[in-house]
Amino acid sequence: MTATQQKAGEAKAGTKVMTMLEAITDAMRTEMRNDDRVVVFGEDVGKKGGVFGATAGLFEEFGEKRCFDTPLSECGIIGTAIGMAVYGIRPIAEIQFLDFIYPAFDQIVSEAAKMRYRSGGEYTCPMVIRSPYGGGIRGGHYHSQSAEAYFCHTPGLKVVIPSTPADAKGLLIASIRDEDPVMFLEPKRIYRHGKGEVPLGEHVVPLGKARIAREGTDVTVLCYGAMVSVCEAAAETAAQAGRSVEIVDLRTLVPLDEATVLESVKKTGRCVVVYEAPKTCGYGAELSALVAEKCIEHLEGPIVRVAGFDTPFPYTLEHLYMPDEKRVLAGIEKTFVW
Amino acid sequence: MAKTKTVKKAPAKAMAKAAPRTAPKPAAAKAAPAKAVVAKAATSTPTSMAGTSGQGLVRLLEDDGTVQKGKDPNLPEATLLFLYEQMVQVREFDRRMLMLQRQGRIGFYGPILGQEAATVGSVAALESRDWIFPALREGAAAMMRGLSLTEAINQLIGNGADRCKGRQMPCHYTFKEGHYYGMSSVIGTQLSHAVGAAMAARIRGDDVVVLGYLGDGATSANDFHCGMNFAGVYQSPCVLFCQNNQWAISVPISKQSASETLAQKGKAYGMPFVRVDGNDVLAVYTVTQQAAARARRGDGPTFIEAVTYRRLGHSSSDDPTRYRDEAEVKAWEKKDPVDRFRAYLQKRGLWSEAKEVAFKEQIAQRVNDAIAAAEKNGPPADETLVTDVYAHVPQQLKDQLADVLALEGRGVNQGAFPL
Repeated sequence: MTATQQKAGEAKAGTKVMTMLEAITDAMRTEMRNDDRVVVFGEDVGKKGGVFGATAGLFEEFGEKRCFDTPLSECGIIGTAIGMAVYGIRPIAEIQFLDFIYPAFDQIVSEAAKMRYRSGGEYTCPMVIRSPYGGGIRGGHYHSQSAEAYFCHTPGLKVVIPSTPADAKGLLIASIRDEDPVMFLEPKRIYRHGKGEVPLGEHVVPLGKARIAREGTDVTVLCYGAMVSVCEAAAETAAQAGRSVEIVDLRTLVPLDEATVLESVKKTGRCVVVYEAPKTCGYGAELSALVAEKCIEHLEGPIVRVAGFDTPFPYTLEHLYMPDEKRVLAGIEKTFVW
Repeated sequence: MAKTKTVKKAPAKAMAKAAPRTAPKPAAAKAAPAKAVVAKAATSTPTSMAGTSGQGLVRLLEDDGTVQKGKDPNLPEATLLFLYEQMVQVREFDRRMLMLQRQGRIGFYGPILGQEAATVGSVAALESRDWIFPALREGAAAMMRGLSLTEAINQLIGNGADRCKGRQMPCHYTFKEGHYYGMSSVIGTQLSHAVGAAMAARIRGDDVVVLGYLGDGATSANDFHCGMNFAGVYQSPCVLFCQNNQWAISVPISKQSASETLAQKGKAYGMPFVRVDGNDVLAVYTVTQQAAARARRGDGPTFIEAVTYRRLGHSSSDDPTRYRDEAEVKAWEKKDPVDRFRAYLQKRGLWSEAKEVAFKEQIAQRVNDAIAAAEKNGPPADETLVTDVYAHVPQQLKDQLADVLALEGRGVNQGAFPL
């Protein structure tokens, strides 16, 4: 059992053991109670409560005015959400799978991301786009991709990826309160995977602050989302072989907590970057460049990327595509032996 | 969200017949203030001018400025003069800005010559609390809402006093106090923003209608379908106004759509639609006012196609003689919206040659003064390269700017950044 997993019934006072999915629902419920400007919409999010159940109970509690189904139109969902944000309410738009976001890509990168800048700050676009992403659920090409890099490459967007239930709630609340458009990408593989203690009521985890998921001294592993628990398992095994692994869970890719990343790499002198997206031009490539540019003199080995293949996402062989404990361990080893 | 309402419609035939005859009646009865006209029109002629037939073109003014018999909406004198003066002002502004572009004093310009009535008539039909989501050729709307000519020219220059802080090409005005939205250059994306803003207004319980503009080219874009569909499904309180100026850069309407009219596209989205002579300011004003009244009373969106003509190039970078026949342009010059409306005002004794001369001089002076004032402003501050990307400037951006300014021998003014 990793640090993020906990059995039901062990919750401390003021907390509750939840899955990530429950924590996400709890975050939206909390903010909808807190701020009547917050509305939630997307395909099947109303009575059905979302295909994964992330909006379960919101329609019943807040009514159709604040939690509603939309036509099957990602472009329309995001376009209208932008209009709402510009007008002054706080939309949370759900895109059913990140793989389906491309019809809305123009709206996100040309409109939402540039609103504040292009209008000299007159108009802003505080909205959250929630979307499950990533592999590990036998979803094939179109229910598995990790498209975070496209959005990280677009100035004006924030990109947030939680790895634990408590962070999912705290980061989502921070995203809803944020003054800028936030891509809130949910690692669906761990939606119901490990449960964790989640503070009840108000719980905010600030954007732009990474989390040291495990302290270590020999090598830094930079990761996010569903890869964090994979890296934790690898670190546990590495420890038995005498390698002390520090894991930095980025939490937010944009804005990046550069200080925490660089501080950790300077301390350990080695760096492995783990991400499940295609390797080339993935977010890990940016992390590698950053480390090389800003602290190469501290490095005692090559920066190693452990990533998905530069292929479309496979169906049957996804276990070979996705970075796993073995591949992370091999990556760690490469920073020592090269 | 409100459930989709069944749009009340009279049988197509009856409506097509009734439309042009009944709509202006309430207004004609008394020269009441514009507001009252809306209210009355709203209640007494629910079907108004919107039709379900294809080609019917709503038109009140003949080319010579004569009002078709019994169709004068009898707008208050102040409204009529406001419409005319705004049309003349934007025409003069347009002419001068195109000259500034030719002189290299601004980088680009998108003229609206020939489309003055469509913009001015539709914007004037709204209340000041209503929002406007423009496309390229609705800059006059910002000025009608109170953006000063100097501020408009600041934007065209992209100087330090520009509201956009010199970040956008010319003609991308923004004016939040006037509820004039700052658009992008991407065609059609603003349509769903208009629809969403109207949905938000209803969610908040605000008595606000949204007017969203698009051109004929935009009707081919994805966002047209998305925006129209959401507007219809949610009965969003908006008016979607298509300026069909016949040309999307060099592509004529015949290559843009095989639809008999653009207006009829409204039908598929479950909304009333109307095709109006876009060079007839009275007709544009009247149909827009009726559409806005419909949205305001909760009866949902209307799609308006204003049939007009872009007499100049798409922009200062375009040469339309390469792709279209001058005879076509000449034919549309005869339907000039400003001449037509001036003739109407003169027939009514509200305007004269003397007034025309005096007013044109006044406008020319106003534009001259505005140009002079705007050209005094310096460029935007270096820091504006990195501000407004986010609410707060991230350290990474401060570092990027400092690195570049160091090469220029300058430092970053840290005080310029929001905390």
